[in-house]
Amino acid sequence: MKVKGTVFKYGDNVDTDVIIPARYLNTSDPKELAAHCMEDIDTGFVSKVKTGDLIVGGKNFGCGSSREHAPIAIQASGVSCVIAESFARIFYRNAVNIGLPIVESPEAARAAAAGDTVSVDFTAGEIVNETKGETYRVPPFPEFMTKIIAAGGLVKALRAEENR
Amino acid sequence: MGMTMTQKILAAHAGLETVVPGQLIEADLDIVLGNDVTTPVAINVFEEIGKQNVFDKSKVVIVPDHFSPNKDIQSATQCRRCRTFAAEKGIENYFELGEMGIEHALLPEKGLVTAGDLVIGADSHTCTYGALGAFSTGVGSTDMAAAMAGGKCWFKVPSAMLFRLHGKLNTYVSGKDLILHIIGKIGVDGALYKSMEFGGDGVASLTMDDRFTIANMAIEAGAKNGIFPVDEKTLEYIGAHSKKPYRVFEADADAVYDEVFDIDLSTIEQTVAFPHLPENTRTVEGLPEIKIDQVVIGSCTNGRIQDLRQAAEILKGRRVKKGVRLIVFPATQAIYLQAINEGLIQTFVEAGAAVSTPTCGPCLGGHMGILAAGERAVATTNRNFVGRMGHPESEVYLASPYVAAASAVLGRIAGTKEVLK
Ligand code: SF4
Repeated sequence: MKVKGTVFKYGDNVDTDVIIPARYLNTSDPKELAAHCMEDIDTGFVSKVKTGDLIVGGKNFGCGSSREHAPIAIQASGVSCVIAESFARIFYRNAVNIGLPIVESPEAARAAAAGDTVSVDFTAGEIVNETKGETYRVPPFPEFMTKIIAAGGLVKALRAEENR
Repeated sequence: MGMTMTQKILAAHAGLETVVPGQLIEADLDIVLGNDVTTPVAINVFEEIGKQNVFDKSKVVIVPDHFSPNKDIQSATQCRRCRTFAAEKGIENYFELGEMGIEHALLPEKGLVTAGDLVIGADSHTCTYGALGAFSTGVGSTDMAAAMAGGKCWFKVPSAMLFRLHGKLNTYVSGKDLILHIIGKIGVDGALYKSMEFGGDGVASLTMDDRFTIANMAIEAGAKNGIFPVDEKTLEYIGAHSKKPYRVFEADADAVYDEVFDIDLSTIEQTVAFPHLPENTRTVEGLPEIKIDQVVIGSCTNGRIQDLRQAAEILKGRRVKKGVRLIVFPATQAIYLQAINEGLIQTFVEAGAAVSTPTCGPCLGGHMGILAAGERAVATTNRNFVGRMGHPESEVYLASPYVAAASAVLGRIAGTKEVLK
């Protein structure tokens, strides 16, 4: 499993209130949520993001509320992967559960700049920053996680399992 | 190797003798909670899972508190989704407007959570129930759905940090000041993935309301849970609210902690967290003049009776500074009624405050007190992220009810000393 795209870079403690502000939580429609993704810290994100692009954050990415709307908004805006130095635990759980790949790599996160082209190979456990010509090793996804991500989320994975 | 209090509760619910940090376990749940923002998403997932019934009708709790009373048509639709689902599935603990409250104040009050329980909630402040000696933590909607279906959830066993409290807090200093102080010290990711366990002789001096406030904000340090040992005060609270059987777990004497902090409670001062992170703490003493537009007293952090009493003590016979808006929202209907009976609501109204029905409303910038660009608020809530209470260019300063009330009177951020002198 591999993804590749352009980096949108943010700092430490990107919280769920800026990923998707609470004023938009009166809906759970992924498209509507995506239309307001990141708008409180980056008004240009929604208009510039293309399918396959990556978000790179610093420490404690996704801290704050337990709203699953946050990874849903990121996923629905076309982002293929989030790389960060570290993730808040509820966000991490939620991202995996909905099938949004996320990877913890302090080195890759610190080195990446906005606009860099980065690819991630989840099975091999490798992040390549093509712009900088650098490669970083990360632990490959365990099998259960690959299954969940490939199926598009925990529930779809469970159902696929049952139907086999 | 000895186990922490959290590890013991997890082991017991997973049917294991012992667990070690990092171990993945599947555990039985005593309560599964959701609100009007997270439950509709969980219902979609529950339907996708395709199960007819929830695992136990008495163990699922749904509280429409975020956008209720319904803020607009979309929120009305979300609340209806919760209501219909609860009715269809026969969920016993669905709390309609008029009998509800903010979920994390409501569940302990209704006796739904007790010592030794294992609770997950699709709301990050589910960690509040650690005050009762329970393990409770926030999850997302997919986890909530899977839990409603099967009554189980997987966990990675956390390691822990121990906060050993000594002595007693000074007058006009509260649990809020203590937890803000701790977050200021260890940072918003200082306890990432870990348990924050409280202990020491100082615990006895903390009221239950203080403990709820402290456990509530464990998530603001990134923790998986916060937990207090069970003592006489806990048992008294449980006895007054719950008929459920409880179980007291104690950390082993040789439990292993990643770090131990010793805190002398008498050294804690009135503390404020500046925008835009709960870790940006300063003591109120010697602050420059910071003019404010709004003060919010309430939420699952500080909307309990002790909080209202403390705010009223400062506001009694005084008035909110002209040009400042004070909003008070008691956390539950029972607290609201008690505040009426004690004359606190009269004090608030006479001081010039707007008093609201229980709701999350302003706390998450939902409704009932949104800030415009450039406006500043002092709030007894738990988060001051960018845009948390409204416009992305507004600011929220977190404080205790004492400090919030004093600030409302003076129209700028101030400690109680300045009002009481
Ligand atoms: S009062 Fe605020 S923090 Fe507490 S549950 Fe409601 S929105 Fe969340």
